[in-house]
Amino acid sequence: MVNFGFKLSSSKRIDLDSSDSDLFLKLKAESGTITQCIACGSCASSCSAGNFTPVNFRKAILLIERGRNEEAKELIKGCMLCGKCTLVCPRGINTREIILSINQYYKKERF
Amino acid sequence: MEGDVLVIGGGPAGMETASRISDFNRNVILIEKERELGGHILKWDRLFPDGVPASDVNNNLKESLGTTKVLLGNYLISIEKREDYHFIAQLNSGEIIKCSTVVFATGFKLFPAQKKQEYGYGLYERVITNADLETRFKKGDGLGKESPKRIGFVHCVGSRDEKICNKQCSKLCCITAIKQAIELKQLYPDTEIYCFYMDLRMYGRGYEDLYLEAQLKYGIRFIRGRVSEISQDQSGLVIVKAEDTLSSRPLKITLDWVILMAGIISERENDFLTQQLSLQLGEDGFINSVDPIQKTNQTNISGVFVTGSATGPKTLPEVINEARSTALSVNEYLNRVKNG
Ligand code: SF4
Ligand code: SF4
Ligand code: SF4
Repeated sequence: MVNFGFKLSSSKRIDLDSSDSDLFLKLKAESGTITQCIACGSCASSCSAGNFTPVNFRKAILLIERGRNEEAKELIKGCMLCGKCTLVCPRGINTREIILSINQYYKKERF
Repeated sequence: MEGDVLVIGGGPAGMETASRISDFNRNVILIEKERELGGHILKWDRLFPDGVPASDVNNNLKESLGTTKVLLGNYLISIEKREDYHFIAQLNSGEIIKCSTVVFATGFKLFPAQKKQEYGYGLYERVITNADLETRFKKGDGLGKESPKRIGFVHCVGSRDEKICNKQCSKLCCITAIKQAIELKQLYPDTEIYCFYMDLRMYGRGYEDLYLEAQLKYGIRFIRGRVSEISQDQSGLVIVKAEDTLSSRPLKITLDWVILMAGIISERENDFLTQQLSLQLGEDGFINSVDPIQKTNQTNISGVFVTGSATGPKTLPEVINEARSTALSVNEYLNRVKNG
């Protein structure tokens, strides 16, 4: 193919008309608490892995809600399942359980 | 006509003030420009946070008016303060009222949503306001027989917006949006509902619980970002654009209906009266209290009181409590001037 010296970049936009809500609905069914998040960031700020890796639970579940599952996956990859985020969450979200469910979802269906 | 007190405005603030002052055996005249008492709650179906019917509240307020003389379809065309403590007011009917105190219970106005042109209110059929939705609830229509697929609520329409000269937060619309979203979800359980907000101001008792219920029980989704524009597609559906500020991405969604949460702005129709009495108004157009903490219902002119949303957005319980305290202040004032 001729190289014209430019490339098309993929859209960053979240298009909720065509978003993939499969994982979100699954997590919602398993642990209803996922919908309770108020995006306060306590989980991410107390995270043992967050200082050194991209781990960010707040953003991960937000992106899953918006159907951006691949990006969300990157944000829990370095998680050590220490459970600190579960301790601090003011909405009582079982964050650790949700992370485990996400891992399971991918092991079963994607990897 | 003569009276001790002239209350201007027959909404909840005016009615409660009038009935409490007449409890002190004072002679109260209440004027209301519409043909019916109630003000804004006349148009409302159910009230947050518990869903009490607005008509029940209105009926209770009306029933307790006691000996108050109510003049419907009347408004002031002029008012002046005399050398002694008396006021002379003239009504549109030509009638002259002489009274010792005046209470402004003139309330607020809902922001005319068509002013926010980028939202297309008045142009797109499926863009309606919070008040329009209440009217539909009242009639029992909802949003039609068929379940809509997706509905979006746009918070802060005409509030927190310097561009349209309303800086203030209207205070009631966050909780109203959640109340209405839940009501729609009860009518249409399969519909997806989104709220576009900048901050969720759930300050009152029971509000945060309602928010949690909206998330947990009703699955209402919240997107933090101010809607920047709304357009219409060929089939009449509406396309909403906002930034999902929590993920720093632009976001787009096609909706069946958009509900604009029109905010509370000052009722500028009475500016000529406040001018005639030299009352101080804030930059936002609401009447200033002489002391915003301990004398919220007194103005810079003695004998002129103000109550309810005429000093800024308030919830109904706040309005009613304030009306009662205004009645006390008015009575104390009358005792002072009349008994020397
Ligand atoms: S469980 Fe994972 S996400 Fe939560 S604090 Fe520990 S490392 Fe961070
Ligand atoms: S701590 Fe809980 S509520 Fe706060 S962002 Fe994390 S998951 Fe959401
Ligand atoms: S109450 Fe909520 S919607 Fe209304 S102006 Fe304030 S922040 Fe905006």
